[in-house]
Amino acid sequence: MSKQLHYALFTGCTAKQSTPELLSSTLAVANKLGIKITILEEASCCGASHLQDFDEFLAHVLNARNICYAEKLGLTMITICNTCQLNSAMTKHALDNDPDLKARVNEKLAEVGLEYKGTSEIKHFLYTLIDEYGLENIRNKVEVPLSHLNIAPFYGCHNIRPSELHENANGGENPYNPTSLDSLIDALEGNPVEYESKNKCCGFHVELQANHTSEVLSGNALLDAMDNNADLMVTPCPLCHLKMDTYQPSISKTMGRDVELPVLHMPQMVALALGCTEEEIGLNFHVQKAKHLYSQAS
Amino acid sequence: MSQIKKVTLKTFRFNAETDYLPYYKHYEMEVGKDELILDLLNRIKWEHDGSFSYRRSCRHGICGACAIKVNGRATLACKQNALELVELFGDELLIEPSSTKRAIKDMIIDKSDFWEKHATIKPYVVTEVDPHPQTESKQSIDEFNNFLDSDLCIQCGACHYSCPALEANPDFLGPAALNAAYRYVVDTRDEAGDERLKITAEEGKGVWDCVKCYECAEACPKEIDPIGKIGKLHNLQFERGVAEPNVATRHAEGFLRGMKKTGYLDEADIVTYSEGWLASYKHIGTAMKMMKSGKIHWHSGIPFINSIPKIKNLDEVQKLIEISQNNKL
Repeated sequence: MSKQLHYALFTGCTAKQSTPELLSSTLAVANKLGIKITILEEASCCGASHLQDFDEFLAHVLNARNICYAEKLGLTMITICNTCQLNSAMTKHALDNDPDLKARVNEKLAEVGLEYKGTSEIKHFLYTLIDEYGLENIRNKVEVPLSHLNIAPFYGCHNIRPSELHENANGGENPYNPTSLDSLIDALEGNPVEYESKNKCCGFHVELQANHTSEVLSGNALLDAMDNNADLMVTPCPLCHLKMDTYQPSISKTMGRDVELPVLHMPQMVALALGCTEEEIGLNFHVQKAKHLYSQAS
Repeated sequence: MSQIKKVTLKTFRFNAETDYLPYYKHYEMEVGKDELILDLLNRIKWEHDGSFSYRRSCRHGICGACAIKVNGRATLACKQNALELVELFGDELLIEPSSTKRAIKDMIIDKSDFWEKHATIKPYVVTEVDPHPQTESKQSIDEFNNFLDSDLCIQCGACHYSCPALEANPDFLGPAALNAAYRYVVDTRDEAGDERLKITAEEGKGVWDCVKCYECAEACPKEIDPIGKIGKLHNLQFERGVAEPNVATRHAEGFLRGMKKTGYLDEADIVTYSEGWLASYKHIGTAMKMMKSGKIHWHSGIPFINSIPKIKNLDEVQKLIEISQNNKL
């Protein structure tokens, strides 16, 4: 690689709280691949689409503030959560296409000495790995081929839909036939599982208010992956991970079938193949037991 | 793209009056670059099997009759170029009705659930009309533009039958009905806005049951963005003071509690605040499991007390919330 890749990392809330393994594995992967990461320590919550439901303008102001800090560094802002990606990109799209809204947001930001310009791109780490680092370069770095593992890619809604919003950031991935995660699994020499639910919704966002819906959607996807012989599922979204890893006991009850499938974060899978340490990969943080994958992978 | 391609149509066949189960029939044909999916449906009927049934009428993307699914993707047959889908899915196309569960005959489905949901939200202007008006009922261009795109809905059902929330919860009103609700709520001539907003706020059937998957935005052949309208209905509930405190509205508003304290969402607080302390017992089992696996951890402080790190320049977030927040619960 001629020029070192350098990104501003928007961690999001889960990586700082319930999924520390997401942050550690992301940093480990970047380190192994020689990608420089500057964490945006000033960045706040993206609103996760819920604050947007309550007060859309306020959500735009707060997301614009986050993007300002990436702009100050002159870097692309990368996300490690589909919902952070969606909400940041929505604000960027709204402000870049509506001069009046941009002016109203900047009026507020001026009160804290900031200005949103629209100069930084926003990309999920998955797509920077594929489009900018390159699959062949990743393939060359594999120390532990994942050839013993059948891996079900679970894309998560907010990286692939709405496709028009994401097309510049996700290489024009088609939401009805996404391929990026499959090709990443392939580059790590794993076996991508073909199953219908890979681009479906996990139901995380209605976990509290429509619990049954949420459990059924997760259950459908997990069982679909299991029925197609998956050893594990992998997702670029920590919210999909939280729903599908943490709630498997209750999902089992709802679905009337035993649901048992490790659900890894995308960077954990890459870290596993690049030979990162167990501490960095952090499979111990999973509710559904996953530590057996350390030995199964090698 | 070559000019002509050999394509197999794996086609859903079912007659509710005579068949116990549906089956799939394969039709092979050479498809030219200008052919639409509707042309292929016509060719199945005209060249292969006259009993093949599907709805079609206007052929101009305006009547909404010919909505089907191709490889799971909502498709208005008269608007969709066939070879574009071959390029996306390969040379076998799976031709199915919008909802296989609701099939009556081949592509024709029973859309009564769609129309029932639609009727629920009062899809018409409610107002006292003076039978002998002396002036016109004028609207400004801005007022009209507020609902212009939502008014373009052709009621094809593409979004409705792509919605996973509806699939899991048959009571959910679904994206088409909610888009229609929005269309009349923001119409300045209408006087039933709050009543309609209350219908869309009902737990178990209204906007709060939307799973935010964006399938509807992707499915809509008229690019209406139904989920965008659902988002606007959420906001309108707070703007017009219709929102009642419940688990869903507290969940939306409650994000600010953590953000004011640390800049981050407080994952534990959002559950207890949204549910209320008493109802939070449901989550104790999950919390215990998260504690055991370290998802709730002691790395950065005492869980539930001070374990969430603070962002840098937190005062900026606090100030921006103070000066930018418009809505209240």
